[in-house]
Amino acid sequence: MSTKIFKHIQSTAVPLPIENIDTDQIIPARFLKATTRDGFGNNLFRDWRFDENDNPKQEFVLNNPTYAGKVLVAGKNFGCGSSREHAAWALSDYGFDAVVSSFFADIFKGNALNNGLLPVQVSDDFLAKIFDELYSDKDAQIEIDLEQQVIRISNTGDEEAFEINAYKKACLTNGYDDIDYILSNKALVEEFESKR
Amino acid sequence: MGNTLFDKIWDAHVVSSKEGFPDILYIDTHFIHEVTSPQAFDGLRKRGLPVLRPQQTVATADHNVPTWDQHLPIKEELSRYQVDMLTKNCAEFGVELYGLGHPYQGIVHVIGPELGITRPGGTYVCGDSHTSTHGAFGAIAFGIGTSQVEQVMATQCLLQSRPKRMKIEVNGKLQNGVGAKDIILYIISKTTAAGGTGYAVEYAGDTIRSLSMEGRMTICNMSIEMGARCGLIAPDDTTIEYVQGREFAPKGEDWDKAVAYWNTLYSDDDAQFDSVLNFNAEDIEPMITYGTNPGMGIGVTQHVPVTADVDPTEQKSYANSLAYMGVHDDESLIGKPIDYVFIGSCTNSRIEDLREVATFFKGRHKADHVTVWVVPGSKQVQEQAIAEGLDKVFEAAGFPLREPGCSACLGMNEDKIPAGKYCVSTSNRNFEGRQGPNSRTILASPLTAAAAAVTGKITDIRELLAEGELVG
Ligand code: SF4
Repeated sequence: MSTKIFKHIQSTAVPLPIENIDTDQIIPARFLKATTRDGFGNNLFRDWRFDENDNPKQEFVLNNPTYAGKVLVAGKNFGCGSSREHAAWALSDYGFDAVVSSFFADIFKGNALNNGLLPVQVSDDFLAKIFDELYSDKDAQIEIDLEQQVIRISNTGDEEAFEINAYKKACLTNGYDDIDYILSNKALVEEFESKR
Repeated sequence: MGNTLFDKIWDAHVVSSKEGFPDILYIDTHFIHEVTSPQAFDGLRKRGLPVLRPQQTVATADHNVPTWDQHLPIKEELSRYQVDMLTKNCAEFGVELYGLGHPYQGIVHVIGPELGITRPGGTYVCGDSHTSTHGAFGAIAFGIGTSQVEQVMATQCLLQSRPKRMKIEVNGKLQNGVGAKDIILYIISKTTAAGGTGYAVEYAGDTIRSLSMEGRMTICNMSIEMGARCGLIAPDDTTIEYVQGREFAPKGEDWDKAVAYWNTLYSDDDAQFDSVLNFNAEDIEPMITYGTNPGMGIGVTQHVPVTADVDPTEQKSYANSLAYMGVHDDESLIGKPIDYVFIGSCTNSRIEDLREVATFFKGRHKADHVTVWVVPGSKQVQEQAIAEGLDKVFEAAGFPLREPGCSACLGMNEDKIPAGKYCVSTSNRNFEGRQGPNSRTILASPLTAAAAAVTGKITDIRELLAEGELVG
């Protein structure tokens, strides 16, 4: 079973310079009642995007036509809180392929990688540079090269290397997943069980 | 060099460890619930795979369920659908379900321990971040996402890289009215909500040792709120006594063997940790949160930190957080009127929590304007509370004992805090909207919550406790 194959992204980006964005903001619990993985994008950042009467809040960046793109750039400790994978589904379903931040919560990072959403962790300085660039040129392009593990601001040529677990990188670039990997080691699992 | 407790358990569960790959870790028990499992069952169907070890999989319905009139069909259509789906999936895949009405039903992190399923030295996972609770028994317990739920169903294993190890020691005697919840809120206020990211945290020190299993579960439960992968506490006599005689605990010879093994589960004196933190129990006051993440906590007599003193890059978010909560720089929250009190969630809904607040409520009455929800963590806790007459104490104090579930902890059922209202809550998250759109959550211990219920405002529990009346 394969996940999305992933190598290179070049896109405009959406700035969301808020720290500690938790999974309850990304997708509030009351929208977790679905039993499929689809359609969560409509409720991404629901309570920041819409008021009580479901009218868009103009001041929120996703309602601001100035910014669009496949890359979300967010403040540090993105994705803290619950283990709900719905957060990764909502970001993907909305149209993001990557989230850039200077720090990610563990479970979110794992969930994102399992769903073809690339978490790119950069330094605080580089994050600040991206925000500056996006605020001076809304059309600034961000390039993310997964093979080379480099993120670049096209306008300025500023770039930074990022880390990704080698196994996870192989999964993303080849489109295979953890279950395939463990099942290919099934004999070891049975051997382990028989020894207990 | 010695080994840490974490490494001992991890090593005993490694199926395969290969350079450049995460370890394949064997999972003893997989807990599932209605919210994060349907897509995983669907995934199995698509792959044509069974649940590999259904007898090591335990299901319950907790997140969505009403906490009133549980014998009636669930009114909310989507919730009912999700709960029905769990029933259907468990039947199809041969998984035991402790669903609504079952004597073992309850919040997944409450029922595992109380049924004796959670035991020292084991590995436990669940599609819920507070799975860290089970670490209180000296076990490795992770919250996982739905893809991983599917992975564990399909393989009884989890692909994981070994986290770094942190030790947090707390030593000294707690003040009257200060308990496990205050300890962990205090720790998180020092580490921040991200300070434990990438670590497995072992809690140690004589203060931790002196806690009951319930208190230890409260501590481990909130490990995730500092970003930690899991939390654990070495098993000791308190642990063994708690497990003994429980429904699924080993019996007879198996028990003796198990105990002999459990007695080897501790961090060796010369074990190396990647990080060590030390705290004094005497420094800990009853804690409350004032902001929108669990790291934003203060002692109840302290004042809200001033925005200008916060890290410049975080000032804007900090100010937004205070605005959301309707609090301001340097405010003392003592005396601030509140609207709701929620005593429940996998952090604080065990029988000991209910006993503690019942002792406090005896002879007291809730403030008129406050709505109080006391929600037991499980059917067994509810039955026990009734057997001890705690329900009568609560009724006399002006509110009923409800039925088990996650309830206002995340507001997926009807128990939602209205916009703008303040709720003093014994749960674990004060995120924006966690308890309902635009609700305002103040996290606290059961005793501090009970005090607020009685006075109708944020109160220093120590002032209400007659000398020697209660020790939190
Ligand atoms: S009580 Fe709250 S934190 Fe605990 S399992 Fe339920 S929703 Fe999660």
